[in-house]
Amino acid sequence: MSIFEYNGSAVVAMVGKNCFAIASDRRLGVNLQTIATDFQRIFKIHDKLYIGLSGLATDVQTLYQRLIFRHKLYQLREERDMKPQTFASLVSAILYEKRFGPYFCQPVIAGLGDDDVPFICTMDCIGAKELAKDFVVSGTASESLYGACESMYKPNMEPEELFETISQALLSSVDRDCLSGWGGHVLLVTSTEVQERTLKGRMD
Amino acid sequence: MGDSQYSFSLTTFSPSGKLVQIEHALTAVGSGQTSLGIKAANGVIIATEKKLPSILVDETSVQKIQLMTTNIGVVYSGMGPDSRVLVRKSRKQAQQYFRLYKEPIPVTQLVRETAAVMQEFTQSGGVRPFGVSLLVAGYDDNGPQLYQVDPSGSYFSWKASAMGKNVSNAKTFLEKRYTDDMELDDAVHTAILTLKEGFQGQISGKNIEIGIVGADRKFRVLTPAEIDDYLAEVE
Repeated sequence: MSIFEYNGSAVVAMVGKNCFAIASDRRLGVNLQTIATDFQRIFKIHDKLYIGLSGLATDVQTLYQRLIFRHKLYQLREERDMKPQTFASLVSAILYEKRFGPYFCQPVIAGLGDDDVPFICTMDCIGAKELAKDFVVSGTASESLYGACESMYKPNMEPEELFETISQALLSSVDRDCLSGWGGHVLLVTSTEVQERTLKGRMD
Repeated sequence: MGDSQYSFSLTTFSPSGKLVQIEHALTAVGSGQTSLGIKAANGVIIATEKKLPSILVDETSVQKIQLMTTNIGVVYSGMGPDSRVLVRKSRKQAQQYFRLYKEPIPVTQLVRETAAVMQEFTQSGGVRPFGVSLLVAGYDDNGPQLYQVDPSGSYFSWKASAMGKNVSNAKTFLEKRYTDDMELDDAVHTAILTLKEGFQGQISGKNIEIGIVGADRKFRVLTPAEIDDYLAEVE
């Protein structure tokens, strides 16, 4: 089994009208055994920037700690928050530093940039950025997620509809993947507020 | 730096609490050719005298004002070769920043890193402080900015400043002439008049250098012909 499938994970982000949503599953497993059902994969960098990390859980946590460290220093030096595009470039550079001994993680970055224009991107474990205008997926359930998002996604959805869409896409995809699931965690970010919701799904 | 007899820091404190080498470095700056900078409402201008040691020197080959990035320029007073080293290091730092963040470096950050380099050379063994003060002019998301960096590594943001010979006269002149809502063209005129104050000999486009950066964020050095045009307007 691949190292990326050791813990199991599913992360997805979608762009709506002046808003974005980022969602993940909650299972932490060790091969076939489920260890935790409340594992956090989505982290806040600042009020308008979130990163979801799929893959090996230890690398998820370490990478998050490194990134929040870099962002805090940036905030102190430059007296401002990082733009999503800048943060994505930083993550890409940090991952490539470990080109020959990588972090086994695939990040999904979602944020609101200048003028609150939503920005999403994903990258592979060595930092190859992939910008998208509609949705990005990563994790063991990524193939199911691609299918579900492609069929359910519409551009310019309002926040409520975006939430419904991303939740349905996530739950239906993780149901087809034995390594991810046990509910979902959805964050919906607009320019004025952040809504955080936990989804109840199939507990297997 | 090895077991040499001289591998101690030259900048060790004197009993009066001063770092004598830095004082001497500032003296070196103070005897350098005059340079000045003015921050206008829509841009920044830096200027300097370009007195060459002999009429046989090809003045087109000499450029004192240099670019650190496409939107940040720098001029110095003091030892030219020292400024070249600093410009080289700063250019590299600016590009490293861009490689990491894919964003052009803000002026404040570049100034801070340049100042950090200058401070390093006041606290390391076997080196001497830089014999230059720099005037850094740039235009970024925070608008036009002008910074002075000293051999000690301290930096200050200025609305208008001068360095080198004749600095006190130049500053007094600038204090009288400076207004907050100055436009770039007015600033160029004021800079020329300030340089003219202490200039020995006939001022022309060949013996002064002027660099400007406006809202277009492209720093450029004016050609001698353009300087002559401004000089004609000032007459």
